Amino acid sequence: MLHTVNKSPFEHKALETCLRFARQGSAVLLIEDGVYAAARDTAVSKQVQEALKSVSIYALKPDLEARGMQNRVIDGVRLVDYEGFVDLVVEHNAVQSWL
Amino acid sequence: MTEENAGGVAKKFLYVNRRAPYGSIYALESLEVVLIGAAFEQDVSLAFLGDGVYQLTKGQDTKGLEVKNFSPTFRALEDYDVTKLYVEKEALEARGLSEADLVVPVEVVSTERMAEIMEEQDVILSF
Amino acid sequence: MKLSLLVNEGPYTHEASDTAFQFAKAALAKGHEIFRVFFYHDGVNNGTRLTVPPQDDRNIVKRWSELAAQHKLDLVVCIAAAQRRGIMDAAEAKRHGKDANNIAPGFRVSGLGQLIEAGIQADRLVVFGD
Repeated sequence: MLHTVNKSPFEHKALETCLRFARQGSAVLLIEDGVYAAARDTAVSKQVQEALKSVSIYALKPDLEARGMQNRVIDGVRLVDYEGFVDLVVEHNAVQSWL
Repeated sequence: MTEENAGGVAKKFLYVNRRAPYGSIYALESLEVVLIGAAFEQDVSLAFLGDGVYQLTKGQDTKGLEVKNFSPTFRALEDYDVTKLYVEKEALEARGLSEADLVVPVEVVSTERMAEIMEEQDVILSF
Repeated sequence: MKLSLLVNEGPYTHEASDTAFQFAKAALAKGHEIFRVFFYHDGVNNGTRLTVPPQDDRNIVKRWSELAAQHKLDLVVCIAAAQRRGIMDAAEAKRHGKDANNIAPGFRVSGLGQLIEAGIQADRLVVFGD
């Protein structure tokens, strides 16, 4: 399954909830304000790094760039553009959007 | 899980509810989709996570708000053959609620079981 | 693949409509088919032709209309959600005795069944919301 998270992890529980339900081997795509979770050295970076052990984590590059976060991405979080987003949707059996 | 829908095989639809009622319209309008969707004879489940469990509490009295109380509608779901209502155990406990506080029979499930249910779905609608 | 999109928020207030649009554009560029874009909740507000956004920023409604025209997309605004929020086509306006209609080109008003069908007929359904 592909999970998308569009909320900042500091103000909302969406990422935390998503990671609780995302099963081993699934993919999590951070979009919109959710891309803040991809940043290094934050209060949630450890949680994200821990999650990388069981799920693939991606961040939508245009959203990172818009927010000036593109140069501080956690190692292991892969950046995709909108075409990459489409590929992820196609590649997984279903998409769950954590709003 | 089906990759194709040839020959009208029913797809597994999951409606994910994470928001409390009345503070926003998502709970009501999500239920409206469920009711319309029921006519399409797909394999429907409803999941209530986080604040979504508040949609099901007994004793909702909206007279003072002058808004429609739509909690009775959950009891009508059975007539629409929508019977798979899953409620997250942790969400209930965190809110000091138990099954007895809810307006309809539900299946209270662990996070693990809920994750399994989600993984089985073809179409996941979040509101 | 056949893809369906559900857009739950209106233009500008949330990023949902932007993300959905960029996703749709990318999907079409990759040769996928967009079966339907369904607009629900405040998403129906993407379907009003009366917006006049600032000139130096994107025109969300217009670019949905243009994408629809270019690729023959089916943009559906939920009738129930539209009625609540005052998005009307000519037929609806007449039916309810309203003195105007405001639906944008390329959009049509229809029932929630169209959303369910969008889920059934497409290979994937992606939700864009708040």
